[in-house]
Amino acid sequence: MQLARVLGTVVATVKTDSLEGRKLLVIQPLDARYASKGQPMVAIDSVGAGVGEIVFWCRGREASFPFLPSQVPSDCTIVGIVDSVFLQKGE
Amino acid sequence: MLLARVIGNVVATQKDERYEGGRIMVVRTINPDGSDAGDELLALDAVDSGVGDTVVVVREGWSASTTATGTAGAAIDSAIVGIVDTVD
Repeated sequence: MQLARVLGTVVATVKTDSLEGRKLLVIQPLDARYASKGQPMVAIDSVGAGVGEIVFWCRGREASFPFLPSQVPSDCTIVGIVDSVFLQKGE
Repeated sequence: MLLARVIGNVVATQKDERYEGGRIMVVRTINPDGSDAGDELLALDAVDSGVGDTVVVVREGWSASTTATGTAGAAIDSAIVGIVDTVD
């Protein structure tokens, strides 16, 4: 899993049936100090995240598991909303 | 699997139900000599690791989910599966 900031929403009228009703968000992956890392990507939301929030997301096939038994095609799903990150002193 | 050092943890109230009861740790990948390899990721703790520990992190869903929660099928892509004593 990695941290990310939610940058915005994606509206897609034409999409595969299994994406119907799912919320698509644009996220910017972050490092542990909330600095941007890599390219923004599109994620499906499973926890009710909103724009501006810090979240963590899961990659790969596991990303479709929160929606079981629905077979949702996702390789990037938001699985938690971050309250705070505690880092070791000096990190 | 990766060698990594635990550098912190994440608190999240609103999360996928399969994460309940688990600890989400922030880990930084390291080289065998202990120097930083640079990548940071979150991993669910399956072995009671603590900040500062050198650990082994598995990055594959079935393994991560099974070790960290007891059953497969959770949306977890990385887990801490061992605390490293030494690397020779």
